[in-house]
Amino acid sequence: MSRDEMSDLQGKRLHKLVELVYHNVPFYREKMQEAGLTPDDIREIGDIGKLPFTTKQDLRDNYPTGLQAAGQSEIVRIHASSGTTGNPTVVGYTRRDLEIWSESAARAFTAYGVTKNDIFSVGYGYGLFTGGLGAHYGVEYVGATVIPTSTGNTDKHLRLLRDLKVTGIACTPSYALYLAEAMEKNGMTRDDISLKIGAFGAEPWTENMRHEIESRLGLQAYNLYGLSEIIGPGVSYECECKNGSHISEDHFYPEIIDPDTLEPLPYGTVGELVFTTLTKTGMPLLRYRTRDLCSLTDGKCGCGRTNVRMTRIIGRCDDMLIIRGINVFPSQVESVILEMPEFEPVYLMVVDRIDCLDTLQVQVEVRRDYFSDELGEMLRLRRRLADKLKSVLSISADVKLMEPGSISRSEGKSVRVIDRRQLT
Amino acid sequence: MTIKQISVFLENKTGRLNEVTKVLAANGINMLAFCIAEATDFGLMRLIVHEVDKAVEVLRNAGFAVILTDVIAIHCPNRPGALSKILESLAENSIFIEYMYAFAQSERADVIINPNDREKCLRILEEKHADIL
Repeated sequence: MSRDEMSDLQGKRLHKLVELVYHNVPFYREKMQEAGLTPDDIREIGDIGKLPFTTKQDLRDNYPTGLQAAGQSEIVRIHASSGTTGNPTVVGYTRRDLEIWSESAARAFTAYGVTKNDIFSVGYGYGLFTGGLGAHYGVEYVGATVIPTSTGNTDKHLRLLRDLKVTGIACTPSYALYLAEAMEKNGMTRDDISLKIGAFGAEPWTENMRHEIESRLGLQAYNLYGLSEIIGPGVSYECECKNGSHISEDHFYPEIIDPDTLEPLPYGTVGELVFTTLTKTGMPLLRYRTRDLCSLTDGKCGCGRTNVRMTRIIGRCDDMLIIRGINVFPSQVESVILEMPEFEPVYLMVVDRIDCLDTLQVQVEVRRDYFSDELGEMLRLRRRLADKLKSVLSISADVKLMEPGSISRSEGKSVRVIDRRQLT
Repeated sequence: MTIKQISVFLENKTGRLNEVTKVLAANGINMLAFCIAEATDFGLMRLIVHEVDKAVEVLRNAGFAVILTDVIAIHCPNRPGALSKILESLAENSIFIEYMYAFAQSERADVIINPNDREKCLRILEEKHADIL
Protein backbone atom coordinates (compact mmCIF):
# COMPACT_ATOMS: atom_id res chain seq x y z
CA MET A 1 0.00 0.00 0.00
CA SER A 2 1.38 3.42 -0.95
CA ARG A 3 1.82 6.13 1.66
CA ASP A 4 -0.98 8.17 0.08
CA GLU A 5 -3.36 5.24 0.19
CA MET A 6 -2.46 4.56 3.82
CA SER A 7 -2.94 8.21 4.82
CA ASP A 8 -6.26 8.27 3.03
CA LEU A 9 -7.42 5.15 4.88
CA GLN A 10 -6.18 6.51 8.21
CA GLY A 11 -7.98 9.83 7.62
CA LYS A 12 -11.28 8.11 6.88
CA ARG A 13 -10.94 5.85 9.91
CA LEU A 14 -10.00 8.76 12.16
CA HIS A 15 -13.11 10.69 11.10
CA LYS A 16 -15.29 7.67 11.89
CA LEU A 17 -13.54 7.20 15.22
CA VAL A 18 -14.06 10.82 16.22
CA GLU A 19 -17.74 10.59 15.36
CA LEU A 20 -18.00 7.45 17.48
CA VAL A 21 -16.37 8.89 20.60
CA TYR A 22 -18.04 12.32 20.23
CA HIS A 23 -21.45 10.73 20.39
CA ASN A 24 -20.72 7.90 22.84
CA VAL A 25 -18.02 9.02 25.28
CA PRO A 26 -18.93 12.13 27.33
CA PHE A 27 -15.26 12.53 28.32
CA TYR A 28 -14.19 13.03 24.70
CA ARG A 29 -17.23 15.10 23.75
CA GLU A 30 -16.50 17.55 26.56
CA LYS A 31 -12.81 17.73 25.67
CA MET A 32 -13.63 18.39 22.03
CA GLN A 33 -16.22 21.00 22.89
CA GLU A 34 -13.69 22.77 25.09
CA ALA A 35 -11.35 22.87 22.10
CA GLY A 36 -14.17 24.10 19.87
CA LEU A 37 -14.11 20.94 17.75
CA THR A 38 -16.85 18.90 16.13
CA PRO A 39 -16.32 15.61 14.26
CA ASP A 40 -16.57 17.53 10.98
CA ASP A 41 -13.32 19.34 11.78
CA ILE A 42 -11.44 16.03 11.62
CA ARG A 43 -11.36 14.97 8.00
CA GLU A 44 -7.87 13.70 7.31
CA ILE A 45 -5.08 12.16 9.30
CA GLY A 46 -3.23 15.50 9.34
CA ASP A 47 -6.04 16.87 11.53
CA ILE A 48 -5.09 14.55 14.38
CA GLY A 49 -2.98 17.28 16.03
CA LYS A 50 -6.18 19.19 16.84
CA LEU A 51 -7.45 16.37 19.07
CA PRO A 52 -6.90 16.12 22.82
CA PHE A 53 -4.48 13.64 24.39
CA THR A 54 -5.54 10.78 26.66
CA THR A 55 -3.43 9.81 29.68
CA LYS A 56 -3.32 6.90 32.10
CA GLN A 57 -4.75 9.32 34.66
CA ASP A 58 -7.79 9.87 32.44
CA LEU A 59 -8.33 6.10 32.44
CA ARG A 60 -8.13 6.06 36.23
CA ASP A 61 -10.43 9.05 36.64
CA ASN A 62 -13.02 7.35 34.45
CA TYR A 63 -12.69 3.97 36.18
CA PRO A 64 -14.06 1.47 35.47
CA THR A 65 -15.91 1.91 32.17
CA GLY A 66 -16.21 5.69 31.66
CA LEU A 67 -14.20 5.67 28.43
CA GLN A 68 -16.10 2.77 26.91
CA ALA A 69 -17.86 3.70 23.66
CA ALA A 70 -19.81 0.47 23.35
CA GLY A 71 -22.72 -0.56 25.53
CA GLN A 72 -22.18 -3.42 27.95
CA SER A 73 -24.09 -5.86 25.73
CA GLU A 74 -21.57 -5.26 22.94
CA ILE A 75 -18.58 -6.00 25.18
CA VAL A 76 -17.51 -9.64 24.94
CA ARG A 77 -14.23 -9.55 26.90
CA ILE A 78 -12.63 -7.51 29.64
CA HIS A 79 -8.91 -7.34 30.44
CA ALA A 80 -7.37 -5.32 33.22
CA SER A 81 -3.92 -4.19 34.17
CA SER A 82 -2.80 -3.21 37.63
CA GLY A 83 -3.19 0.46 38.42
CA THR A 84 -2.04 2.80 41.15
CA THR A 85 -3.99 3.30 44.38
CA GLY A 86 -5.84 0.07 43.77
CA ASN A 87 -7.67 1.16 40.58
CA PRO A 88 -6.84 -1.24 37.76
CA THR A 89 -7.14 -0.11 34.14
CA VAL A 90 -10.14 -1.92 32.70
CA VAL A 91 -10.36 -2.44 28.94
CA GLY A 92 -13.53 -3.78 27.31
CA TYR A 93 -13.37 -5.44 23.88
CA THR A 94 -16.18 -5.84 21.35
CA ARG A 95 -16.26 -8.89 19.12
CA ARG A 96 -14.82 -6.74 16.34
CA ASP A 97 -11.99 -5.59 18.65
CA LEU A 98 -11.04 -9.20 19.32
CA GLU A 99 -10.93 -9.82 15.58
CA ILE A 100 -8.69 -6.78 15.05
CA TRP A 101 -6.48 -7.94 17.91
CA SER A 102 -6.21 -11.53 16.61
CA GLU A 103 -5.43 -10.24 13.14
CA SER A 104 -2.79 -7.79 14.40
CA ALA A 105 -1.12 -10.49 16.46
CA ALA A 106 -1.35 -12.86 13.48
CA ARG A 107 0.49 -10.30 11.35
CA ALA A 108 3.28 -10.41 13.91
CA PHE A 109 3.54 -14.21 13.88
CA THR A 110 3.38 -14.24 10.08
CA ALA A 111 6.26 -11.74 9.97
CA TYR A 112 8.28 -14.10 12.18
CA GLY A 113 7.71 -16.83 9.61
CA VAL A 114 5.13 -18.85 11.55
CA THR A 115 2.92 -21.09 9.40
CA LYS A 116 0.24 -23.69 10.05
CA ASN A 117 3.00 -26.28 10.28
CA ASP A 118 4.38 -24.74 13.48
CA ILE A 119 3.68 -25.77 17.06
CA PHE A 120 3.74 -22.75 19.36
CA SER A 121 3.96 -22.60 23.12
CA VAL A 122 2.53 -19.45 24.71
CA GLY A 123 4.39 -18.84 27.95
CA TYR A 124 2.88 -15.47 28.80
CA GLY A 125 0.50 -15.39 31.74
CA TYR A 126 -3.10 -16.14 30.83
CA GLY A 127 -5.73 -14.10 32.63
CA LEU A 128 -6.41 -10.42 33.07
CA PHE A 129 -2.99 -9.72 31.55
CA THR A 130 -3.32 -9.45 27.76
CA GLY A 131 -0.07 -11.30 26.98
CA GLY A 132 -1.30 -14.88 27.13
CA LEU A 133 -4.62 -14.64 25.32
CA GLY A 134 -3.31 -12.06 22.82
CA ALA A 135 -0.47 -14.27 21.63
CA HIS A 136 -2.76 -17.32 21.79
CA TYR A 137 -5.34 -15.87 19.39
CA GLY A 138 -2.60 -14.63 17.04
CA VAL A 139 -0.99 -18.06 16.75
CA GLU A 140 -4.37 -19.72 16.32
CA TYR A 141 -5.35 -17.19 13.62
CA VAL A 142 -2.28 -18.18 11.59
CA GLY A 143 -3.38 -21.79 11.89
CA ALA A 144 -0.39 -23.04 13.85
CA THR A 145 -0.90 -25.36 16.81
CA VAL A 146 -1.06 -23.40 20.06
CA ILE A 147 -0.11 -24.79 23.46
CA PRO A 148 -1.40 -22.53 26.26
CA THR A 149 1.47 -23.30 28.62
CA SER A 150 1.17 -20.01 30.55
CA THR A 151 3.67 -19.28 33.32
CA GLY A 152 4.79 -21.23 36.33
CA ASN A 153 5.69 -24.82 35.57
CA THR A 154 9.11 -24.65 33.93
CA ASP A 155 9.91 -28.38 34.11
CA LYS A 156 6.66 -29.32 32.43
CA HIS A 157 7.23 -26.57 29.89
CA LEU A 158 10.65 -27.97 28.97
CA ARG A 159 9.25 -31.46 28.71
CA LEU A 160 6.49 -30.31 26.34
CA LEU A 161 9.00 -28.36 24.23
CA ARG A 162 11.07 -31.49 23.83
CA ASP A 163 8.42 -34.19 23.50
CA LEU A 164 6.04 -32.29 21.20
CA LYS A 165 8.91 -30.88 19.11
CA VAL A 166 7.62 -27.37 19.66
CA THR A 167 8.94 -24.96 17.03
CA GLY A 168 7.96 -21.58 18.48
CA ILE A 169 7.65 -19.87 21.84
CA ALA A 170 6.08 -16.61 23.02
CA CYS A 171 7.11 -15.32 26.45
CA THR A 172 9.02 -12.53 28.16
CA PRO A 173 12.71 -12.36 27.19
CA SER A 174 13.72 -12.88 30.79
CA TYR A 175 11.63 -16.05 31.01
CA ALA A 176 13.31 -17.28 27.81
CA LEU A 177 16.68 -16.91 29.53
CA TYR A 178 15.32 -18.64 32.61
CA LEU A 179 14.12 -21.53 30.44
CA ALA A 180 17.57 -21.77 28.84
CA GLU A 181 19.10 -21.96 32.29
CA ALA A 182 16.64 -24.61 33.48
CA MET A 183 17.25 -26.60 30.31
CA GLU A 184 20.99 -26.62 30.86
CA LYS A 185 20.51 -27.58 34.53
CA ASN A 186 18.39 -30.55 33.43
CA GLY A 187 21.24 -31.72 31.22
CA MET A 188 19.45 -30.79 28.01
CA THR A 189 21.00 -28.81 25.16
CA ARG A 190 19.48 -26.73 22.38
CA ASP A 191 19.82 -29.79 20.17
CA ASP A 192 17.27 -31.64 22.32
CA ILE A 193 14.59 -29.10 21.40
CA SER A 194 13.28 -27.91 18.05
CA LEU A 195 12.57 -24.22 18.70
CA LYS A 196 13.22 -21.94 15.75
CA ILE A 197 11.06 -18.88 16.40
CA GLY A 198 10.70 -16.79 19.57
CA ALA A 199 8.22 -13.91 20.07
CA PHE A 200 9.40 -11.86 23.02
CA GLY A 201 7.92 -8.79 24.64
CA ALA A 202 6.07 -7.29 27.62
CA GLU A 203 9.30 -5.92 29.06
CA PRO A 204 12.30 -3.99 27.75
CA TRP A 205 15.17 -6.01 26.32
CA THR A 206 18.37 -5.42 24.40
CA GLU A 207 20.38 -6.67 21.43
CA ASN A 208 22.70 -8.52 23.80
CA MET A 209 19.77 -10.37 25.36
CA ARG A 210 18.61 -11.23 21.84
CA HIS A 211 21.98 -12.76 20.98
CA GLU A 212 22.10 -14.70 24.22
CA ILE A 213 18.58 -16.10 23.84
CA GLU A 214 19.21 -16.99 20.20
CA SER A 215 22.43 -18.84 20.89
CA ARG A 216 21.22 -20.66 24.00
CA LEU A 217 17.83 -21.77 22.65
CA GLY A 218 18.87 -22.05 19.01
CA LEU A 219 16.08 -19.87 17.64
CA GLN A 220 15.45 -16.52 15.95
CA ALA A 221 14.23 -13.98 18.52
CA TYR A 222 11.76 -11.26 17.49
CA ASN A 223 10.25 -8.35 19.34
CA LEU A 224 6.49 -8.32 19.98
CA TYR A 225 5.16 -5.01 21.29
CA GLY A 226 1.80 -4.03 22.63
CA LEU A 227 -0.04 -2.53 25.55
CA SER A 228 -3.40 -3.44 26.98
CA GLU A 229 -4.81 0.10 26.80
CA ILE A 230 -4.35 0.04 23.03
CA ILE A 231 -5.21 -3.65 22.50
CA GLY A 232 -2.46 -6.00 23.77
CA PRO A 233 0.48 -7.76 22.06
CA GLY A 234 0.48 -7.19 18.30
CA VAL A 235 0.56 -3.39 18.09
CA SER A 236 3.98 -3.73 16.46
CA TYR A 237 6.36 -6.55 15.58
CA GLU A 238 9.74 -7.18 14.02
CA CYS A 239 10.25 -8.85 10.65
CA GLU A 240 13.18 -10.97 9.47
CA CYS A 241 15.28 -7.79 9.13
CA LYS A 242 15.09 -7.21 12.93
CA ASN A 243 15.45 -3.53 12.25
CA GLY A 244 12.63 -1.87 14.15
CA SER A 245 9.11 -3.06 14.87
CA HIS A 246 6.45 -2.58 12.18
CA ILE A 247 3.37 -0.86 13.54
CA SER A 248 -0.06 -1.97 12.34
CA GLU A 249 -0.74 1.67 11.57
CA ASP A 250 -4.01 0.99 9.77
CA HIS A 251 -5.35 0.15 13.26
CA PHE A 252 -3.03 1.99 15.64
CA TYR A 253 -1.86 5.39 14.44
CA PRO A 254 1.50 6.35 15.97
CA GLU A 255 2.89 9.79 16.79
CA ILE A 256 6.00 10.89 18.63
CA ILE A 257 5.69 13.95 20.85
CA ASP A 258 7.86 15.96 23.18
CA PRO A 259 6.57 14.83 26.61
CA ASP A 260 7.04 18.33 28.06
CA THR A 261 5.69 20.62 25.34
CA LEU A 262 3.38 17.96 23.82
CA GLU A 263 4.49 19.16 20.37
CA PRO A 264 4.76 16.50 17.64
CA LEU A 265 8.33 15.52 16.76
CA PRO A 266 9.60 14.51 13.31
CA TYR A 267 10.50 10.92 12.36
CA GLY A 268 13.91 9.92 13.64
CA THR A 269 13.65 11.99 16.83
CA VAL A 270 13.27 10.27 20.20
CA GLY A 271 10.16 11.22 22.12
CA GLU A 272 7.03 9.82 23.75
CA LEU A 273 5.09 7.32 21.70
CA VAL A 274 1.39 8.16 21.28
CA PHE A 275 -1.27 5.89 19.77
CA THR A 276 -4.75 6.49 18.41
CA THR A 277 -6.87 3.36 17.98
CA LEU A 278 -8.36 3.94 14.54
CA THR A 279 -10.67 0.96 14.43
CA LYS A 280 -11.47 -0.11 18.01
CA THR A 281 -15.07 0.24 19.15
CA GLY A 282 -15.03 -1.10 22.75
CA MET A 283 -12.74 1.43 24.39
CA PRO A 284 -11.25 3.53 21.58
CA LEU A 285 -8.59 6.02 22.62
CA LEU A 286 -7.54 9.31 21.03
CA ARG A 287 -3.84 10.09 21.18
CA TYR A 288 -3.04 7.85 24.16
CA ARG A 289 0.28 8.76 25.76
CA THR A 290 2.16 5.49 26.34
CA ARG A 291 5.02 7.10 28.33
CA ASP A 292 7.34 4.84 26.30
CA LEU A 293 10.29 6.62 24.67
CA CYS A 294 11.38 5.66 21.15
CA SER A 295 11.57 7.06 17.62
CA LEU A 296 9.77 6.23 14.36
CA THR A 297 11.05 5.52 10.84
CA ASP A 298 9.14 5.36 7.57
CA GLY A 299 10.22 4.12 4.16
CA LYS A 300 10.29 0.64 2.73
CA CYS A 301 11.88 -2.03 4.91
CA GLY A 302 14.20 -4.73 3.56
CA CYS A 303 11.34 -7.19 4.02
CA GLY A 304 9.17 -5.18 1.62
CA ARG A 305 6.73 -3.86 4.23
CA THR A 306 5.99 -0.16 4.02
CA ASN A 307 4.32 0.42 7.39
CA VAL A 308 6.01 2.72 9.92
CA ARG A 309 8.59 1.15 12.25
CA MET A 310 9.42 2.01 15.85
CA THR A 311 12.81 1.54 17.50
CA ARG A 312 13.23 -0.41 20.71
CA ILE A 313 11.74 1.27 23.76
CA ILE A 314 14.72 3.09 25.23
CA GLY A 315 13.08 4.24 28.44
CA ARG A 316 10.05 5.69 30.17
CA CYS A 317 9.06 9.28 30.79
CA ASP A 318 7.42 8.37 34.10
CA ASP A 319 8.54 6.24 37.03
CA MET A 320 6.85 3.04 35.92
CA LEU A 321 8.84 -0.17 36.32
CA ILE A 322 8.22 -3.32 34.35
CA ILE A 323 8.82 -6.31 36.60
CA ARG A 324 8.21 -9.79 35.21
CA GLY A 325 6.19 -8.14 32.46
CA ILE A 326 3.88 -6.40 34.94
CA ASN A 327 3.68 -2.61 35.18
CA VAL A 328 4.55 -1.42 38.66
CA PHE A 329 4.43 2.15 39.93
CA PRO A 330 6.19 3.23 43.11
CA SER A 331 3.03 5.12 44.01
CA GLN A 332 1.22 1.77 44.33
CA VAL A 333 3.67 0.65 46.98
CA GLU A 334 3.36 4.03 48.66
CA SER A 335 -0.43 3.84 48.83
CA VAL A 336 -0.27 0.44 50.55
CA ILE A 337 2.29 1.57 53.10
CA LEU A 338 0.44 4.79 53.90
CA GLU A 339 -2.61 2.70 54.79
CA MET A 340 -0.72 0.78 57.47
CA PRO A 341 0.03 2.73 60.65
CA GLU A 342 2.70 0.20 61.67
CA PHE A 343 5.10 1.63 59.10
CA GLU A 344 6.88 4.93 58.60
CA PRO A 345 5.78 6.66 55.37
CA VAL A 346 9.05 5.81 53.61
CA TYR A 347 10.06 2.81 51.54
CA LEU A 348 12.70 1.57 49.17
CA MET A 349 12.04 -0.76 46.25
CA VAL A 350 15.01 -2.86 45.18
CA VAL A 351 14.55 -4.51 41.79
CA ASP A 352 17.03 -7.14 40.67
CA ARG A 353 17.33 -9.96 38.21
CA ILE A 354 18.41 -13.18 39.88
CA ASP A 355 18.76 -16.36 37.81
CA CYS A 356 17.17 -14.48 34.92
CA LEU A 357 14.01 -13.68 36.88
CA ASP A 358 13.05 -10.24 38.13
CA THR A 359 12.80 -9.86 41.88
CA LEU A 360 11.26 -7.08 43.92
CA GLN A 361 12.16 -6.35 47.51
CA VAL A 362 10.25 -3.69 49.42
CA GLN A 363 12.03 -2.28 52.45
CA VAL A 364 9.87 -0.59 55.05
CA GLU A 365 10.57 0.89 58.44
CA VAL A 366 8.67 -0.36 61.46
CA ARG A 367 7.36 2.57 63.52
CA ARG A 368 9.18 3.20 66.76
CA ASP A 369 6.28 2.35 69.06
CA TYR A 370 4.35 0.16 66.72
CA PHE A 371 6.19 -3.10 66.67
CA SER A 372 5.42 -6.16 68.67
CA ASP A 373 7.60 -7.90 71.19
CA GLU A 374 6.49 -11.20 69.72
CA LEU A 375 8.22 -12.62 66.68
CA GLY A 376 5.04 -14.28 65.44
CA GLU A 377 3.28 -10.91 65.42
CA MET A 378 6.13 -9.35 63.47
CA LEU A 379 6.08 -12.15 60.93
CA ARG A 380 2.32 -11.75 60.61
CA LEU A 381 2.80 -8.01 60.04
CA ARG A 382 5.31 -8.74 57.30
CA ARG A 383 2.95 -11.29 55.75
CA ARG A 384 0.07 -8.78 55.88
CA LEU A 385 2.08 -6.17 53.98
CA ALA A 386 3.30 -8.77 51.47
CA ASP A 387 -0.29 -9.91 50.85
CA LYS A 388 -1.52 -6.35 50.34
CA LEU A 389 1.34 -5.58 47.97
CA LYS A 390 0.60 -8.73 46.01
CA SER A 391 -3.07 -7.84 45.60
CA VAL A 392 -2.27 -4.30 44.43
CA LEU A 393 0.81 -5.03 42.30
CA SER A 394 -0.19 -8.47 40.94
CA ILE A 395 3.34 -9.70 41.59
CA SER A 396 4.79 -10.88 44.86
CA ALA A 397 7.31 -8.78 46.70
CA ASP A 398 9.75 -9.79 49.39
CA VAL A 399 9.15 -7.49 52.37
CA LYS A 400 12.12 -6.51 54.49
CA LEU A 401 11.42 -4.94 57.86
CA MET A 402 13.90 -2.21 58.74
CA GLU A 403 14.64 -0.07 61.77
CA PRO A 404 13.14 3.40 61.84
CA GLY A 405 15.42 5.97 60.23
CA SER A 406 17.47 3.41 58.34
CA ILE A 407 16.06 4.22 54.89
CA SER A 408 17.66 7.43 53.69
CA ARG A 409 15.46 10.47 53.45
CA SER A 410 16.32 13.46 51.40
CA GLU A 411 14.74 16.76 50.63
CA GLY A 412 13.24 17.06 47.21
CA LYS A 413 13.32 13.97 45.06
CA SER A 414 14.34 11.02 47.17
CA VAL A 415 15.46 7.66 45.89
CA ARG A 416 12.54 5.25 46.13
CA VAL A 417 13.73 2.69 43.58
CA ILE A 418 17.02 0.92 43.07
CA ASP A 419 16.99 -1.06 39.85
CA ARG A 420 19.96 -3.40 39.78
CA ARG A 421 18.92 -5.22 36.63
CA GLN A 422 21.65 -5.10 34.04
CA LEU A 423 19.97 -4.75 30.68
CA THR A 424 23.10 -5.21 28.65
CA MET B 1 4.00 -8.38 90.37
CA THR B 2 5.38 -7.99 86.91
CA ILE B 3 8.51 -6.23 85.76
CA LYS B 4 9.21 -4.13 82.68
CA GLN B 5 11.14 -5.73 79.87
CA ILE B 6 12.67 -3.62 77.13
CA SER B 7 12.35 -4.92 73.55
CA VAL B 8 14.52 -3.49 70.80
CA PHE B 9 13.85 -4.08 67.11
CA LEU B 10 17.05 -4.87 65.23
CA GLU B 11 17.87 -5.32 61.56
CA ASN B 12 20.05 -8.32 60.94
CA LYS B 13 23.31 -6.64 60.18
CA THR B 14 26.75 -6.96 61.61
CA GLY B 15 27.48 -4.74 64.58
CA ARG B 16 23.90 -3.69 65.23
CA LEU B 17 23.71 -5.56 68.53
CA ASN B 18 26.93 -3.96 69.60
CA GLU B 19 25.37 -0.54 69.01
CA VAL B 20 22.79 -1.33 71.71
CA THR B 21 25.35 -2.47 74.25
CA LYS B 22 27.57 0.54 73.49
CA VAL B 23 24.72 2.98 74.18
CA LEU B 24 23.91 1.20 77.45
CA ALA B 25 27.58 1.11 78.46
CA ALA B 26 28.07 4.80 77.73
CA ASN B 27 25.20 5.53 80.11
CA GLY B 28 26.32 3.17 82.81
CA ILE B 29 23.38 0.81 82.46
CA ASN B 30 23.93 -2.84 83.32
CA MET B 31 21.93 -5.66 81.78
CA LEU B 32 20.61 -8.28 84.21
CA ALA B 33 19.34 -10.65 81.57
CA PHE B 34 18.66 -10.63 77.86
CA CYS B 35 17.80 -12.81 74.92
CA ILE B 36 17.51 -12.46 71.17
CA ALA B 37 14.76 -13.80 68.92
CA GLU B 38 15.61 -13.87 65.28
CA ALA B 39 13.79 -14.03 61.96
CA THR B 40 15.55 -14.12 58.59
CA ASP B 41 16.10 -10.41 58.20
CA PHE B 42 15.39 -8.91 61.60
CA GLY B 43 15.60 -9.74 65.26
CA LEU B 44 14.18 -8.73 68.62
CA MET B 45 16.44 -8.11 71.59
CA ARG B 46 14.68 -8.43 74.94
CA LEU B 47 16.45 -7.17 78.02
CA ILE B 48 16.00 -6.61 81.71
CA VAL B 49 17.75 -3.66 83.36
CA HIS B 50 17.50 -1.82 86.67
CA GLU B 51 17.05 1.66 85.27
CA VAL B 52 14.25 1.00 82.81
CA ASP B 53 13.17 4.60 82.11
CA LYS B 54 16.70 5.79 81.57
CA ALA B 55 17.53 2.86 79.28
CA VAL B 56 14.43 3.49 77.14
CA GLU B 57 15.29 7.17 76.88
CA VAL B 58 18.91 6.70 75.83
CA LEU B 59 18.05 3.92 73.37
CA ARG B 60 15.27 5.97 71.77
CA ASN B 61 17.56 8.98 71.55
CA ALA B 62 20.05 6.76 69.76
CA GLY B 63 17.36 5.99 67.17
CA PHE B 64 16.28 2.51 68.25
CA ALA B 65 12.73 1.24 68.05
CA VAL B 66 11.93 0.35 71.66
CA ILE B 67 8.83 -0.85 73.40
CA LEU B 68 8.10 -1.98 76.97
CA THR B 69 6.40 -5.23 77.84
CA ASP B 70 5.21 -6.50 81.22
CA VAL B 71 6.76 -9.87 81.97
CA ILE B 72 6.88 -12.14 85.00
CA ALA B 73 10.22 -12.81 86.67
CA ILE B 74 10.70 -15.60 89.20
CA HIS B 75 13.54 -17.00 91.20
CA CYS B 76 13.84 -20.68 90.79
CA PRO B 77 16.23 -23.00 92.64
CA ASN B 78 19.14 -23.99 90.42
CA ARG B 79 18.63 -27.77 90.56
CA PRO B 80 17.21 -30.51 88.35
CA GLY B 81 13.40 -30.55 88.16
CA ALA B 82 12.80 -27.15 89.75
CA LEU B 83 11.69 -25.44 86.55
CA SER B 84 9.83 -28.51 85.37
CA LYS B 85 7.62 -28.39 88.46
CA ILE B 86 6.69 -24.78 87.82
CA LEU B 87 6.01 -25.32 84.13
CA GLU B 88 3.90 -28.36 84.86
CA SER B 89 1.57 -26.41 87.08
CA LEU B 90 1.27 -23.73 84.37
CA ALA B 91 0.51 -26.32 81.70
CA GLU B 92 -2.10 -28.01 83.92
CA ASN B 93 -3.87 -24.67 84.07
CA SER B 94 -3.67 -24.11 80.30
CA ILE B 95 -1.20 -21.26 80.50
CA PHE B 96 0.53 -20.87 77.14
CA ILE B 97 4.05 -19.44 77.21
CA GLU B 98 4.80 -17.04 74.35
CA TYR B 99 8.46 -17.07 75.23
CA MET B 100 10.78 -17.37 78.20
CA TYR B 101 14.45 -17.13 78.99
CA ALA B 102 16.58 -17.77 82.05
CA PHE B 103 19.94 -17.08 83.63
CA ALA B 104 21.40 -19.40 86.23
CA GLN B 105 24.15 -18.54 88.63
CA SER B 106 25.25 -20.51 91.72
CA GLU B 107 22.22 -21.44 93.86
CA ARG B 108 19.49 -19.84 91.85
CA ALA B 109 18.16 -19.04 88.39
CA ASP B 110 16.23 -15.99 87.24
CA VAL B 111 13.46 -16.97 84.87
CA ILE B 112 11.59 -14.45 82.69
CA ILE B 113 8.18 -15.59 81.43
CA ASN B 114 5.78 -13.97 78.98
CA PRO B 115 2.55 -16.00 79.18
CA ASN B 116 -0.63 -15.52 77.16
CA ASP B 117 -2.61 -14.78 80.34
CA ARG B 118 -0.46 -12.79 82.75
CA GLU B 119 -3.01 -12.42 85.59
CA LYS B 120 -3.86 -16.09 85.69
CA CYS B 121 -0.20 -17.04 85.48
CA LEU B 122 0.66 -14.84 88.44
CA ARG B 123 -2.22 -16.29 90.47
CA ILE B 124 -1.03 -19.82 89.84
CA LEU B 125 2.58 -19.00 90.64
CA GLU B 126 1.46 -17.40 93.93
CA GLU B 127 -0.61 -20.47 94.81
CA LYS B 128 2.46 -22.60 94.23
CA HIS B 129 4.53 -20.24 96.39
CA ALA B 130 6.93 -19.45 93.58
CA ASP B 131 9.47 -16.76 94.35
CA ILE B 132 8.16 -13.91 92.22
CA LEU B 133 10.30 -10.80 91.83
